[in-house]
Amino acid sequence: MGEVKVFGVRRSPYSCRVEIALKLKGIKYDFIEEDLSNKSPLLLKYNPVHKKIPVLVHNENPIAESLVILEYIEETWKGTPILPEDPYQRAMARFWSKFIDEKCMPALLKAAVKERENKKAIEEAAELLKILENELEGKKFFGGDNIGLVDIVADFIGYWLGLIQHVTGLELLTKEKFPNLCEWSHEFLSSSIVKESFPPSDHLLEYIRSWLSANPSK
Amino acid sequence: MGGSEVILLDFWASMFGMRVRIALAEKGIEYEFKEEDLVNNRSPFLSKMNPVHKKIPVLIHNGKPVCESLIAVQYIDEVWKGKAPLLPSDPYQRAQARFWGDFIDKKVYDHGAKIWKTKGAEQEESKKGLIECLKLLEGELGDKPYFGGESFGYLDIALVPFYSWLYTYETFGKFSVEAECPTLIGWVKRCMDKESVSKSLADPLKVHDLVLLLKKKHGLE
Repeated sequence: MGEVKVFGVRRSPYSCRVEIALKLKGIKYDFIEEDLSNKSPLLLKYNPVHKKIPVLVHNENPIAESLVILEYIEETWKGTPILPEDPYQRAMARFWSKFIDEKCMPALLKAAVKERENKKAIEEAAELLKILENELEGKKFFGGDNIGLVDIVADFIGYWLGLIQHVTGLELLTKEKFPNLCEWSHEFLSSSIVKESFPPSDHLLEYIRSWLSANPSK
Repeated sequence: MGGSEVILLDFWASMFGMRVRIALAEKGIEYEFKEEDLVNNRSPFLSKMNPVHKKIPVLIHNGKPVCESLIAVQYIDEVWKGKAPLLPSDPYQRAQARFWGDFIDKKVYDHGAKIWKTKGAEQEESKKGLIECLKLLEGELGDKPYFGGESFGYLDIALVPFYSWLYTYETFGKFSVEAECPTLIGWVKRCMDKESVSKSLADPLKVHDLVLLLKKKHGLE
């Protein structure tokens, strides 16, 4: 197995993605909680290009960027695969992961957090969620019968978004508009491994409340 | 893999399309090149093959579309396994290749586009940003012949198409990449010796003419 370390922040969905994948594969690791306002010299040494979390360090070899880390975990530890075997299905999983990371995440953060009074931002986020809603049609998880890469990458939608909505009253991800996504979120959070990888909801709610009051909407 | 149908929906000047062309050429795959006229109209066929982004390149294999250039390059590597491996076999090397490919997509492209789309301080900032990125990549190359080591691979494919656009960036930004990153230009020349690369890259002067046209069209002069 070798020595595995994760430099992360427990309340970050990006950091949790790495923990979910490692736990699914039964890999033991040390978690080093970073203070983002005072990044450790080790983090800066391991990720000099972006200086961000998460970073996976395996036998002293650092890997940065959560999607890159997830693929590395998949290729290094073969048990409980998170990517399908078929090349076309793999390409689709990579496509949806990239879509969530590059389009959905910025739009959701804008609508739910940064510009939470902005109706247009909420509409744009809803349009992107609709695409994911359609992709889930007939499936328990994005990965099919089991949790896969796309489900892991969608963790913000599965957990954080609901909690933010609880605090702000935002009605973006609702059962009426997104029955598939809400059902998926329920299934996703039913996994004990997923639950173990996330900070407890009361901690996260407290963090969300204090962040929101310190950062008024633009 | 005889009998399989491969179509590439592309635009001649796209550095992302060029990546897929190079990968297909490396593997010796025959395909139909379908040109999208991005200057004027997106075709209904493109909207059908890539409904989410409506962008090229789209690799269509036996009727099934694969979107996003680096995803398509990985797909090509996984389907046509027997010849010219594009990604390294070691998982850590693969992770490094993917990391830098992602870096190129996020940083190099945006800085480059801003150099010809903007003026003044914004342009100057983008030029500095681009040079910084290229220097980081030059550091990653080190004294290896290719980013992939002894063999040309994924990361070489991810970056080399930007060579078609360097003349444009240099002309509008008023700088020389060779002066800033000589090792990188040495690497470009080595890549251009490969037929898969020289036949896939667009003529830098034609790209420059296209940009002049686009600037005029969008009132960016």
